[in-house]
Amino acid sequence: MINNTGILVFGELSGGKLASITLELLTIGRKLGDDLKQDLNVLLIGSDSESVGQDAINYGADRVYWIEHPLLENYQTETYKEALLGLYKQIMPDIVLMGQTSIGKDLAPSLAFELDTVAVLDCIALSIDPNARRMEQIKPVYGGNAIATYVAESGRPQIATLRPKTVYPSQKDGDRKGEVIKFQIELDPSKIRVHVLGMVKDEIVGEKLEEANVIICGGRGMGSAEAFAQLNELSKILHGVVGGTRPACDAGWLPPYLQIGLTGKLVSPNIYLGVALSGSSQHQAGMAGSKNIIAINKDPEANIFNIAHYGVVGDYRKILPSFMEKCKELVSK
Amino acid sequence: MDMVVCVKQIIDPVTPASLLEIDMNGKRAQPKNPKLVKLVVSDYDLNAVEAALKIRDANGGKITVISLGAKSAIEAIRECIAMGADEGFLLNDPFFDESNTYSTAYSLSKAIRKIGLFDLILCGVQEGDWDAGQVGSGIAKFLGIPCITAVGKAEVKDNKRVAIERVVGEGRESVEVPTPALLSVRSEIGAPRYPTMKKQMAAKKKEIPIWNAKDIAADETKVGDSAVRIKLMKLAIPIHEAKCEFVKGQTPEEAGSNLALRLKEAKLI
Repeated sequence: MINNTGILVFGELSGGKLASITLELLTIGRKLGDDLKQDLNVLLIGSDSESVGQDAINYGADRVYWIEHPLLENYQTETYKEALLGLYKQIMPDIVLMGQTSIGKDLAPSLAFELDTVAVLDCIALSIDPNARRMEQIKPVYGGNAIATYVAESGRPQIATLRPKTVYPSQKDGDRKGEVIKFQIELDPSKIRVHVLGMVKDEIVGEKLEEANVIICGGRGMGSAEAFAQLNELSKILHGVVGGTRPACDAGWLPPYLQIGLTGKLVSPNIYLGVALSGSSQHQAGMAGSKNIIAINKDPEANIFNIAHYGVVGDYRKILPSFMEKCKELVSK
Repeated sequence: MDMVVCVKQIIDPVTPASLLEIDMNGKRAQPKNPKLVKLVVSDYDLNAVEAALKIRDANGGKITVISLGAKSAIEAIRECIAMGADEGFLLNDPFFDESNTYSTAYSLSKAIRKIGLFDLILCGVQEGDWDAGQVGSGIAKFLGIPCITAVGKAEVKDNKRVAIERVVGEGRESVEVPTPALLSVRSEIGAPRYPTMKKQMAAKKKEIPIWNAKDIAADETKVGDSAVRIKLMKLAIPIHEAKCEFVKGQTPEEAGSNLALRLKEAKLI
């Protein structure tokens, strides 16, 4: 007999506001809650802010729990897990949702094994099976070649992380009412084994990839750091930003923060031009939401052509110069 | 530094979907023709081996590779030994069949216990097939040691602490942890080194002992498909309806300018 009830979203803040992934989680959490006729709770860590709490309610939460503690100032697996466990034991939700973010992919498995179960990471869809009243968790597997649907057997709670940008956030409902609760926990500093010493933030030059309208992305086939100069030139013509696949960044041709993909940035520009990249699932996970996908690759069987809208098959070294020339001519018109 | 690296043999993730099918039980994807599909070591696991080799280069020590899987996974272990690992063990037993994330983490933790002394356990940050991304957290929990994920750099200090750089969304976070600990490694640690011909030959001759559930004193209710927490309900290979419009030309150069013309026509540029 499972007595757990309700949904708990682990919320993340960005610049003092609800992060976009949190809005996405509240949107899907509200849908699951409506289908189950259960409450949607959200945990926010930090000093409570009335406007942020009300925002969470307006986006679908029934109850907002704030936890504030000096040991929770920065994310740390052990302390955050303890905080989440503390709230879990108090409200016993049947479903716990997090984002597939740096924090979520670290925290979800850690919480799951602590509760003697496993999580399903990187889901692209979550829904309720109306008969069994359990959550169906859908995620790509085998390099994106197959789609798996998981359901909980004995494991409770059902813990899932949601891939960012797979759900479109709902409209804010200013009339929604909910409760904001300050939740107290005690943390024992002597139990902390991993010490966070500091953080070096990436110094981003120019426009952020996540905010760019046009992205030119180069892959392994570019062959060298020098080859990216051409993409930079093209990005100036098209007013875009240059990014790279994981192999291109691992080779040192581009700084790591320009990596697009599952282990890098998730982007959805209006125009995405992929050059000399095959379109591995790990890369597609980061860009498949782009509105117009254009690909140049010498292999007609490359996976990128499965999702591209326009494609040219051939050696980019021969194609790109004339493409750029023509673009220069046409863009100015 | 005594290190254990956990690796997994998988179907090459760049295999086109058209070469794969779902098995009769709907539990896994398999090659339609095994001769046309490569089995490889999951790529982040090779980064984990590389991380261990870097630590051994700097501090000395021993690297043991373990894998849970089919007999073919012996080749995966040999590949790691050719890179420089000292020895390897395969966990193979009908009891391990249909292992899930939970039972895999449990079985690997029992094998690590059998190996005995260890300072560091290294895993890839996620598998290339099921992308569960949580076996490392599970092993750490079963062994009662801290788990540090998303490791992009690791240096051992005074043989008892590890200084780590984690690659996180907005930059790099520095953390320090005492050994023993488990690190799950990302590709930023560095590309896996190529084995020399000599090492490859030696690895081929290396004996890889096989351990079964009894050898690692595993609780039979926690291995294989028992102890299932979450169940795979459905597995399908979606058919992509490719709708790519291929822009052509007499020459590649012409194709390039035709692409620009087509994009202008579509009002994209």
